[in-house]
This record gives sequence, C-alpha cells and structure tokens, in this order.
Amino acid sequence: MSYLPYALAVWIFVVGLYGVVTSRNFVHLVVCLAVTQSSTYVLLLAIGYVDRGTAPVFADVPTGTRAVDPVVQALTLTDIVVSVTVAALLLALAIQVQRRNGTMNPDELNELRG
Amino acid sequence: MTRQLRIGLFALSAAGLTALLLWSVAGLPAFGHYHERYGTLLKKVAVSERHTTNVVTATVFDYRGFDTLGEEFILFAAVVGVALLLREVREEGGHARRRDRLVSDPVGLVGIGFCAALLLIGLYVVAHGAITPGGGFQGGVVLAGAFALIYLAGDYRSFRALTPQPAVDFAEGLGAGGYAVIGVVSMVLGSAYLHNFGPFGTAGTLASGGSVPMLNLATAVEVTAAFVLLFTEFLQELPARSGES
Amino acid sequence: MDVLVPLPVAIPLIAAAALTATGHFLGRRADDLVALAASAATMVISLLLVFQASDHRLAYWFGGWRARHGLALGISFTVDPAAAGFAALAATLMTASLVFSWRYFDEVGTLFHVLMLVFLAGMCGFALSGDLFNMFVWFELMGAAAYALTGYRVEERGPLQGAINFAVTNTLGAYCVLIGIALFYGRTGALNLAQIGNTLAGQKPDGLVVVAFALVICGFLVKGAIVPFHFWLADAHAVAPTPVCVLFSGAMVELGLYGVARVYWTAFEGVPGAHAGGLTNLLLGLGALSAVVGGVMCFLQRHVKRLLAYSTISHAGVILIGIALLTPDGLAGSASTVIAHGLLKGGLFLCVGIVLSRLNSVDELVLHGHGQALWATGTLFTIGALGLAAPAPFGLFLGKSLLEESAAEHGYWWVAPLVTAVTIVSVAAILRVAGRVFLGLGAAEDALLSPEPDEEREVERDPERSSVLMLVPTALLILAGIGIGLVPGLEPHLQHAADVFRDRHSYVATVLQGRIEHGSVGSLELLQLPAASVAWSLVSLFGAIGLAALALCRHRLVPERARRRTHALAGGGLRVLRSVHSGVIGDYVAWLTFGVAAVGGLLAVVLR
Repeated sequence: MSYLPYALAVWIFVVGLYGVVTSRNFVHLVVCLAVTQSSTYVLLLAIGYVDRGTAPVFADVPTGTRAVDPVVQALTLTDIVVSVTVAALLLALAIQVQRRNGTMNPDELNELRG
Repeated sequence: MTRQLRIGLFALSAAGLTALLLWSVAGLPAFGHYHERYGTLLKKVAVSERHTTNVVTATVFDYRGFDTLGEEFILFAAVVGVALLLREVREEGGHARRRDRLVSDPVGLVGIGFCAALLLIGLYVVAHGAITPGGGFQGGVVLAGAFALIYLAGDYRSFRALTPQPAVDFAEGLGAGGYAVIGVVSMVLGSAYLHNFGPFGTAGTLASGGSVPMLNLATAVEVTAAFVLLFTEFLQELPARSGES
Repeated sequence: MDVLVPLPVAIPLIAAAALTATGHFLGRRADDLVALAASAATMVISLLLVFQASDHRLAYWFGGWRARHGLALGISFTVDPAAAGFAALAATLMTASLVFSWRYFDEVGTLFHVLMLVFLAGMCGFALSGDLFNMFVWFELMGAAAYALTGYRVEERGPLQGAINFAVTNTLGAYCVLIGIALFYGRTGALNLAQIGNTLAGQKPDGLVVVAFALVICGFLVKGAIVPFHFWLADAHAVAPTPVCVLFSGAMVELGLYGVARVYWTAFEGVPGAHAGGLTNLLLGLGALSAVVGGVMCFLQRHVKRLLAYSTISHAGVILIGIALLTPDGLAGSASTVIAHGLLKGGLFLCVGIVLSRLNSVDELVLHGHGQALWATGTLFTIGALGLAAPAPFGLFLGKSLLEESAAEHGYWWVAPLVTAVTIVSVAAILRVAGRVFLGLGAAEDALLSPEPDEEREVERDPERSSVLMLVPTALLILAGIGIGLVPGLEPHLQHAADVFRDRHSYVATVLQGRIEHGSVGSLELLQLPAASVAWSLVSLFGAIGLAALALCRHRLVPERARRRTHALAGGGLRVLRSVHSGVIGDYVAWLTFGVAAVGGLLAVVLR
C-alpha cells in the first residue's frame, strides 16, 4: 500500500510513452509528453512526503512543525518550467508543420529518412 | 517500420521497462517515511539563517539559487525559440489584419474588474514569496494571466497596444539578466556568486530574506514578460476572421 | 582566482539577456559583436580554468553554501581539467561559428545570437557542474536552445521534422535522467555527485541503484547519439544551420558521453566492485554497435551534412568505447578523440557551409564537379577528412592509439581492428565526397546513395559573404585539429586529467571536505608513437583512401558481375538498415523505450 504512489508514477510514465508512440496528431503528442513528465512530478513529490507533515512554510506554524521535504518541491518547480518550455517549442513547431504539410499526423512527416 | 511492428516493439519494451521501474521503486523508503538529512537540515536552518518562513522559496532562491538561474533562462530560451520558430517569413506576404471580435459590454467590464484583481493577486504572490507559498514564478504566471484576460475580455488590438514588443523584450531581458547580475553583485561584494546579501530583516515580514525578494522580483518580471511574449506569438497565428460585421 | 569559475556560464547568459533587452535600440552589428565578445571571453576564461585546474581541482560553491559535516547544502561547480577543457572546446567552437556567421543571420534580429549564447552557457554549465540536478538543468537549457536553432528554416518541411524528432527524443531522455535523479535522491538524500557517491559506495547494488544508474546513463546516451538512441542526430544535422551543426557534432554530442563518464566516476564507481567488467562489456557493446551502424549509414548518404552526422555517431561510439574500458589510458584516449574530432568535424561542417553558400546545394551528386573553383575549401575539407583517419602523429592519432593500446592491454583485442575498420568506412565516405565535389571524380549517378531532400540556402537573403570571414575560422579549426597531437606535453596532461577524473576519493575530499590537493604535470614531452598504433594508423589512412577511390571508380574497376553479386548479398541488409531510420517520431520513441529496457535489464543482470 505504501508503494502505490510510486507505482502510480511508473504507470503514468509508461502510459505517456505509449501515447507518444501511437500518436496520430502532434498536439496529442505534446500532451502525452506532458503526461509523461507529470509522472516525474508524482514520483518526486511522493518521495518527499512525510506522514502527517504540512507544507514547509512556517509563517503561521512554529518552526520545527512536522513538514514535508522542501527540496523535492524546488525540483518539481524547475520541472514544471521545463515542461512549459518543451510544450511551447513543440506546439510552435506543430503550427508550422500544419502550415507546410497540411497535416498534423506524425506518421505522415517523413521527409528525412535513410 | 509499420505501425504494428512499432507497437509490438513498444509493447515488449514497455513491459520490460515497467518491470524494471517497479523493481526500482520498491527500494524507496515507504511513502510518508522519508527522513533524509538534506531536507531536514534545510527546514531547521532556513528560518534562522535567512529569515524566510517559506523554506521552499529559500531553497529555490538561495540554497539552490543557481538552479533557478538556469531554469529562468530555460524559459527565456524557449520564448526566444518560439519567436524564432513562429516568425513571419517573407514569402508569406503581409501580416493579415486581425479582425477584432466583438464582445458585449458586460463581458468587457467584468473582464477589466478581474484583470485588476489578477494584477493585485499576482503582485501579492510575488511580494510575499519569502513568507507564504508563492514567489516569482507563481506570481509571474498570475500577472501574465491578467494580460491574457485583456485579450479574452477585450480585443487583440488592446492586448497588442498594452504589450509593445520592445517593452516586453526589455522586461524579459531585464528580468533574466537581472537575476544573473545580482549574482555578480555578490561576487563584487567579495563572496561567491549568488551569495545572499543585504539586510535579512525579520522573518515573517515583507522585508526579509536579504536578496531573495530581489531575485523573486527579477524572476516575476521575466516570467510575466515571457508568457506575454508566448501569448503574442501564438495569438499572431490565429487566422483573420472574415465576414464579421 | 576562484572568481573565474562561474563566469563561463554567467557571461554568455548576461550577454544574451542584454541583447534581448536592448536589441530594438542597438545598431545592426551589435548582436554579432556582443555575441562574439561574450563567446571569446568565455573561451579565454575556460582556457585559464584549464591551467588552474591542472594544478588542483576547484570546488566552487554557489551562494557560499559550503558543505556542512559532509552534507552538501548548495550547488557546486567542481572544475577538474576535463571539465574546464570541455567548456573551452565548446567556447572555441562557438567563437569560430560566430565569426563564420558574421552578418549571416541578420534577418531574425537578435534571436539567433541570443539562442547561441544561451546554448553556450548550457554547455559550459553542464561540463562544470558537480551537482546532478544542476547538470539536468543545463542539459535542458542546451536542449531548449538547440531545438529552436534546429528548426531555424521554418519555411521548409525538413527542418520542422528534424527539430521535432530532436526535441521529442531528447526530452524523453531528459525525463529518464530526472526519474533516475529522483530515485538517487530517494535513496541517498543528496543531489551532489560526491555525496551520492559517498553514500552508495561499498553497498551491494539493489534494484533501485541499478535502475537509477541505467536511467541516468540512458538519458545521457540519448544526447550522446548512441545506438539505439541515435536516430535524432542525422535528422537534426541535416536541417540545422551550419554553424549550429558545428556545435552539435563538436561539443553537444560529446557532452552526453561526458555526462555518462562523470556520473559513473563520481556517483557510481564504488558500487559495482567486482562486476565492473560486466559494465565494461555492456558499454563496449553499445559503443561498437554505434561505431558500426554510424559508419555504414555514413557511407550510404548523399546529403553531405547527414553524412557527417552519421560519422559523428560513429566517432561517438569510439569515444564510448574509450570510456567503457574504465582504464586511465582509455579515458585519456577518449578525451583526445573528443578534442581532435570536435575541431576537425567543426571545420568540416564549416567547409560544407562555404559550399552551401557558394553553390546552393549539399547533395553530393548534384554538386558533382562544381566545387572545382573552391580550391581552398576543398583542400581544407580533404585535410580534415584525412585527419579523421588518424595518420600518425596528426589528428585523431593520439586518441586512437591510447584507446587501442589500453584495450589490447586488457584483453580486448578486437577493439583496434574494429575502430580502424570503422574509421576507414566513415573517412572513405568523406573523401568520396571530396573527390566527387572538388575534383569531379566518379560518376554523376550512384545507386548506392539514398535520395534526400536537398538544401538550397540557409537564409532568406544571402548577402555576399566575405570569403575571408568564412575561410579563416575553418582553416583555424582544421589546422588546430590536425596539429593537436603535436602540442608538447599534451599526452601527459591528458593522462593526468584522466587520472584526476577517475579519482573518486580525491573528488569527495575536494568537494565535501574542502581539501585542496595539488598535483601538476611538469613534463612537456611529445606524444609517443608505439609501433602497433602507427601500423593501425597507416592501415586506416590508406584503407580510407583506397575505399574512397573504389567507391568513386567502381564502375570502371570492378566487373559488372562482382558488383551485382555484392549488391544482392548486402542490398537486403542495407535496405533494412535504411528503413529502420524512417524519420517517423513514433518509431524513434519505440526504439528509445527498447533501448532503456534493454540497458536496464542487462545492467541488472551483470551487476548482481
């Protein structure tokens, strides 16, 4: 039971990968990449969780109150920014692909091969 | 490779990968029983050393502030990249004029009201980053949301009028460069890059944390400008509507 | 003098931000000048850091957060000669590319130069960092800038496909690294490489440690373009602007392999114990496979940039072989190969850039004979290619000989012939191009080569480009790459750098305990010329020339029946190999999943 959150992260990762591999639309592919990344958020935050811990913000509770790990929260914040970055760049590319090729299907984009 | 072959290869590999990953996470400490030194030490010392009650902000902008510099520039690079990728290429002809949508007055009024609220909330979140949950990134996104609301509740022309390209570029460069330059200031003052300097103030008040609020502000400026640029670039891709009265 | 350490990252970043902020107000040459100044400054500072690091490893703590009771509170840059050398290589290639692209990318205002500067900062940060998550951040920064730069020519379909394939595969690689980091953090509670290594050392590896390590190195091997993670490289190189390709092949791919080596020798070295041989075999297999696939695919290309890209994959395989040996000389050989290959491949790409600018094509058959007027470029191109064939004592010779010697000493007798064979094939392809384009040799048609979309011009408005500004950086890179082995004292310095790189205990002492350990290399002896290595180098040189001649003139030299027989025998295999490189992103991701599962599974088997 106590490993279920980690198993959930694994499941999300693999499902996202499946989405990327079988995608028929670039926007769908970008969203699947975001799903894959969200598995890393789940894993990081699940690792840092402390039982019955509160947020590591001591504005209204005394310092030393049981709190979760702040480091993974900082890592997740960086992770989210990375996700936005990649999504923005890939969506911009998808728009241009639609304009040049008239298609949004990754399988039909095969100018470069061999 | 045919699609079937690809899916077959993937299915096989995914089965193996899942097994490996499940085997590896079994080695982690049980959920909720994490007791490692790094986070524990930070929770203990952040408030007393840096007078910031928000330990996450202290981690993001002080203890691991160098990561945040990189992260800020990742956003910066992405926005410059999007501007590069969505640029007008000569052979496409002129910029099609964006027809403004007509929105009703009540929508416009409510939109302006919300816009003001968002600006205030965003500024609040940025300013209190060192004290309560929030900070430059979060507040910056809220502030950018206010600009998006101008487009949604108003029209494209107002949005562009309020976000002139040179000003937004300047803000973005200022925010990103400002963060890096604050680090250099620390070096000029004789310590390491991004060493927290300045009066640390009292924990729990707005004036606390030393250079953390400054870095917060620089980040907020950069994130707001970056998202406004993203909105601008993507909104320019909307086709002009025809046949509207 | 520790003040220099953050500068290779801070200077390009501040310059990039300044250019963005003031780009609308400055004159037209401002972005060229500022970018060039920042890049040159980074190059000089990195070289100074190399000299400083040769004396003692530097541990620089950002924010002033030194380690407390063996616990790393902040982020460190741990600069040893290899790290500083890598930053110097990246900065040198960037400076040459910026000189080459002077006035060339004006049409996009400051955007191109800003992205290049950010790319440089990412590379330097990745090389110098001593913290695993910090490495990930710079890895992503490199990626963000690189994806956008690859898709530069948005008006054509190819660049878009190349950029998408590049972005998706490398992003998935980065996610694998991130999961590995999360797992390491969960076990050791640390993100600092030295501390992770300290905590893991001596314990028997269990599932978590093995899989975490597998994920991290797979992510870096995606960047390092090792089979089966390599598919993105040829697509990206075929379409990116030439100055960008210089950096991709010269520094970015090698940084992926550097990441593997760095993570192994700081975080993981204490773990395998007696099973290190299994790890060696696994990495050797991957390296050999990449070397072979890269070499063969290289020979089948018609698009010159794609050809050079496959040659990079082949050399990446050789570099991985050197790392895989886990010996000091193997590592020194890899380091030398990285330097020489980076300089030579950069020069070769710049030559292609000149050809593209003057002749508006990069298709070998279309260019047949048209390059005869470009004699300077042709000469440099040929010299560069010959340098890659490692003729003693020039070019890649030092790296190749160190690697082969080390492999032979430890019983891997097959490495020397394999590396030589692969060198022959890939260099022959480049010489074939040289012969066809610059000398007009060979037929105008060649059934062996695959049809590829050609590239007509790199930018919309092509100003009359100064030949001097294009030729000078090219010549400097090629001559530097050729002559690198002749630098007095290079071999002992590389061996010292390799020793420092592999010394985990000293690394931990410097980082976590603040101890400064001096150890310098005084010797200035020239490189050694062991007989076996010289023999192999002659084989590779003449083999490459011979194979190129055969490829060009086979219609005259080889009888019809023999040609048809070889075509029947090999044609099927080549067709399968070609069809696997389909250009479709779904296929690439399926192969990536397969690769991660396979590497993870094999590691689990050999390390238990």
